[in-house]
Amino acid sequence: MTSTTTIENPTKAITWHKTVKATDVPENGGVAALIDGQQIAIFNFTEKGEWYACQNLCPHKMEMALSRGLIGDANGEPKVACPFHKKSFSLETGECLNDSCNNIDVFPVKIEGDMVFVGL
Amino acid sequence: MKEKIIIVGNGMTAVKFCQKMVDAGLLNKFELTVVGEEPHYGYDRVHLTSYYTGTPVKDLHLAPKEWYKENSIEVIKNTKVIDIDKLKKTALLDNESALSYDILVLATGSSAFVPPIEGREKDGVFVYRTIYDLALIKEYVKDAKKGVVIGGGLLGLEAAKAIMDDGVECSIVDRNPWLMGRQLDKRGASFLHKKLDAHGLNIITDTNIARFLGDEKVTGVEFIDGTSIDTDIVIISSGIKARDELAVKAGLEVGKAGGILVDEGMETTFPGIYAIGECALAVGMIWGLVAPCYEMADVLVERLNGNDKSFTGSDMSTKLKLIGSEVASFGDALGNTPDCIPLMLENKFTHVYKRINISPDGKYLLGGILVGDAADYNMLLQIYKNKILLPPNPESLLTGASQGGGFKLSVLDLADDAVICSCEGVTKGKICGAIEDDDVTSVAGLKKCTKAGTGCGGCVPMVDDILTATLKKQGKDTKKVVCEHFDYTRQELYDIVKLEGIKTYTDLLHKKGHGAGCEICKPLTASLLASIWNEPIVKHQQIQDTNDKFLGNIQRGGTYSIVPRIPGGEITPEKLEVIGRIGKKYDLYCKITGGQRIDLFGARVDQLPTIWEELINEGFESGHAYGKSLRTVKSCVGSTWCRFGLHDSVSFAIEIENRYKGLRSPHKLKGGVSGCVRECAEARGKDFGIIATEKGWNLFVCGNGGANPAHAQLMASDIDSETCIKYLDRFLMYYIKTASPLTRTSKWLAGLEGGMEYLKEVVINDSLGMAEQFEKDMQYMVDTYKCEWKEVVDNPELRAKFKAFANSDEPDSSIKFVPMRNQKMPTPW
Ligand code: SRM
Ligand SMILES: Cc1cc2nc3c(=O)[nH]c(=O)nc-3n(C[C@H](O)[C@H](O)[C@H](O)COP(=O)(O)OP(=O)(O)OC[C@H]3O[C@@H](n4cnc5c(N)ncnc54)[C@H](O)[C@@H]3O)c2cc1C
Ligand code: SF4
Ligand code: FES
Repeated sequence: MTSTTTIENPTKAITWHKTVKATDVPENGGVAALIDGQQIAIFNFTEKGEWYACQNLCPHKMEMALSRGLIGDANGEPKVACPFHKKSFSLETGECLNDSCNNIDVFPVKIEGDMVFVGL
Repeated sequence: MKEKIIIVGNGMTAVKFCQKMVDAGLLNKFELTVVGEEPHYGYDRVHLTSYYTGTPVKDLHLAPKEWYKENSIEVIKNTKVIDIDKLKKTALLDNESALSYDILVLATGSSAFVPPIEGREKDGVFVYRTIYDLALIKEYVKDAKKGVVIGGGLLGLEAAKAIMDDGVECSIVDRNPWLMGRQLDKRGASFLHKKLDAHGLNIITDTNIARFLGDEKVTGVEFIDGTSIDTDIVIISSGIKARDELAVKAGLEVGKAGGILVDEGMETTFPGIYAIGECALAVGMIWGLVAPCYEMADVLVERLNGNDKSFTGSDMSTKLKLIGSEVASFGDALGNTPDCIPLMLENKFTHVYKRINISPDGKYLLGGILVGDAADYNMLLQIYKNKILLPPNPESLLTGASQGGGFKLSVLDLADDAVICSCEGVTKGKICGAIEDDDVTSVAGLKKCTKAGTGCGGCVPMVDDILTATLKKQGKDTKKVVCEHFDYTRQELYDIVKLEGIKTYTDLLHKKGHGAGCEICKPLTASLLASIWNEPIVKHQQIQDTNDKFLGNIQRGGTYSIVPRIPGGEITPEKLEVIGRIGKKYDLYCKITGGQRIDLFGARVDQLPTIWEELINEGFESGHAYGKSLRTVKSCVGSTWCRFGLHDSVSFAIEIENRYKGLRSPHKLKGGVSGCVRECAEARGKDFGIIATEKGWNLFVCGNGGANPAHAQLMASDIDSETCIKYLDRFLMYYIKTASPLTRTSKWLAGLEGGMEYLKEVVINDSLGMAEQFEKDMQYMVDTYKCEWKEVVDNPELRAKFKAFANSDEPDSSIKFVPMRNQKMPTPW
């Protein structure tokens, strides 16, 4: 159900995956999407006018949970807080913001037409 | 060319040394290689026991793998240095390769000292020092019923607690007449012994072990007097032994009782070779705590940086949370200073023992002991360390500020060089600097930028005090604002939402806040909106914590639980059958909860609406087990069946539960109704409890189970049902309006100036003139109640949100269960 196109990028080849309708992602909220069997969290950060995507897996206890977390910011840095134990991760860099938990992978997002594309 | 430093051992001291080298900017002069024998990156040995209770090794790492990479520090794990060639300057590794160095740093730590007791090689005899040791114990303990810990010091008690928590019946053996002989005097120890006794630890002192019994496996220990006790497992923790074997082999001088001899600059007897941490014999002793080890690392870094710093000894003060009791000791705890004056306080009722030792001239605090209540430890430690002149009535130190004692030292009176965090060596000056110059405004921020409080964590309350006091001094607002996005308290936001008629989070953020919000202010606002407007929770789904987002408690593994309301705990056999049938149909784990109802666990998010639909069709409704809202009103069977029952407690409980169901509040709310003073409904352990009397009901409020149990206190006696509900309406509304976020009623009452008497004035005598408003507000909530789950079930748009993936109808295949006693549970973490 996902269609893919590969575009050229000087550093790394990104494959853009068509995922969901933009209107299917609630304002200031997130959803999980399956991309080639991988669980990806997609966030519609209306408050900042941005879209973000990251792995759905929380590296703390290996729970598929981040899409169900609350988004927000800390000193301007956009972040998501895992619903399980509230570890927060930067949506820009994937860095864990409150302690030494591992970082997460974040992915580029673009909107074309009414669809959300995630680059893996 | 950079000079090459090899560090032998990758324990706590080695990591600290590397970090301080980085912080001092020395990596452009030196190149670091760490060789460690353990298969892990340097980890936090102080919190080793948390590995036992399930924390993964990764969470114990002191520095992440990436940090070493970023700083180009080479880490060689799983490898032992087996010899040193001092003249050629090479270290020989057990994989037969050799590394050359310019400077060698020994940070080999220590190992557990094992006394030469006959039979110590038997299976089931362990020490408590490394992750590996604990992994072995954890595995072995599965089949053990009884255990013996040898050595009643800090570590021994920690080990005992660990296996006791695993259900092992434990004895602790110490050859001294009492436990923790280094930290406690006899009186103090007797208080500790009582506490430990009460927690089921068997204490055996004043004796030695002659041998371990059993063939291959240990089955018992025999004492020198010939008596013996049975055991399945033995943990030895009778002291440490510095790991100086490598130093001995290399011909460095070591102490008689072990330890690598170093001078005040941490240099061994051979130039260019240093020793730091628990392996070093410095100022005549081995320093078995992390703070002095870190200080040694600091001294060596300063020396390598060309500065003149010396290690001249360190403070051995400690504060611990032992089995069921706090214990702290500092300075000259045992009063060894000639002619010093000990002052003691013993409270056999609260099981608190305190002792402070005062200098003969009465001017200074020399040291002390705290058992049972160590709240004043940080303050006393500062008074001692900074030689603060004592007040004329030093006994006021014993009652402490927390009990209204006379002497209260403000943190601001401390000198700037007063060390607040001894693990990291952070001074008050540094903390104030961060607040004043770098505008840090939170404890978390201070931890990050000064490292204070990141070691054992004991100084965190004091760091918080310094923060509050310094901000106050600067004239900055120190009111408890909810988070960085709102400069208001919860109560102020409540008033704003209500007075300005604010109906959404976004509206509130744009009008009164800044930034994009966070996981603190979003659910808080959701709770306010619910408490004030009683609109459906799901309307504000994106600002709810996950439990409120999907109207179920999230479980391990990512499934949710389903708790239908069963008011008062009363249920017909027919309805029980319905729950049974639905549980079976969806293969849910089923358990009777502590709240007199039934919890069905393990529902996937996509199954929730369907299951609730079936429940609702059968006459159930949401139990709000996921919300900060009314949970249950427990009841006892009361006068309907019970031969002692005075009134119909079940009917009253059901009436009250139905009245307040769905009511959102700062924290969850629980109630109970008992039919007589025997109190089978445990009503006094609840936020509100009602107990039948000959003449009516007694109403108790602000009780609590959980982590800090408190009995509810009497608000009114012998009142009728109508008055009882009136008082409850007022009480609950007043709480909802004024409590801080996530504050149960008991904690709220504790912070209410004037306490219970004041609360009675507000509720019964209407001293605020708000009673009518409270009742009206509550009636509005009662009248507008709707079952949240019914709203979802009936609304296709809302239902659509309950699925695992936005782009697929597949269920989440990462959810896995394992069988357990004919039911199932999520695969363990
Ligand atoms: C299911 C149940 C345990 C059981 O198997 O019996 C339970 C389970 C949980 N309790 Fe509880 N508590 C349960 C009865 C209790 C009781 C007993 C009672 O209500 O009489 C208490 C002590 C009484 C009290 O609250 O004062 C209790 C004190 C707590 C606390 C500590 C509250 C405190 O103020 O210290 C928490 C933590 C919290 O709320 O912050 C907690 C939190 C939790 C949470 C919600 C933790 C979480 O966020 O995941 C658990 C959710 C399980 C789930 O997924 O559904 N649970 N919990 C009980 C559900 C009762 C119900 O029918 O709703
Ligand atoms: C359960 C427990 C609880 C504790 N609680 C506290 C507490 O609450 N407060 C407190 O202050 N202290 C506490 N301590 C003590 C604290 O952990 C030590 O003071 C600290 O770990 C010492 O650090 P170190 O680096 O000197 O030694 P270690 O942390 O022991 O590290 C030494 C490392 O060197 C390795 N090594 C040794 N020889 C070689 C070799 N030849 N080649 C390669 N590697 C080698 C070892 O395998 C080890 O990994 C506790 C200790 C334990 C075991
Ligand atoms: S409290 Fe106990 S004794 Fe009293 S009515 Fe209830 S069940 Fe009976
Ligand atoms: S699983 Fe995400 S914070 Fe623990």
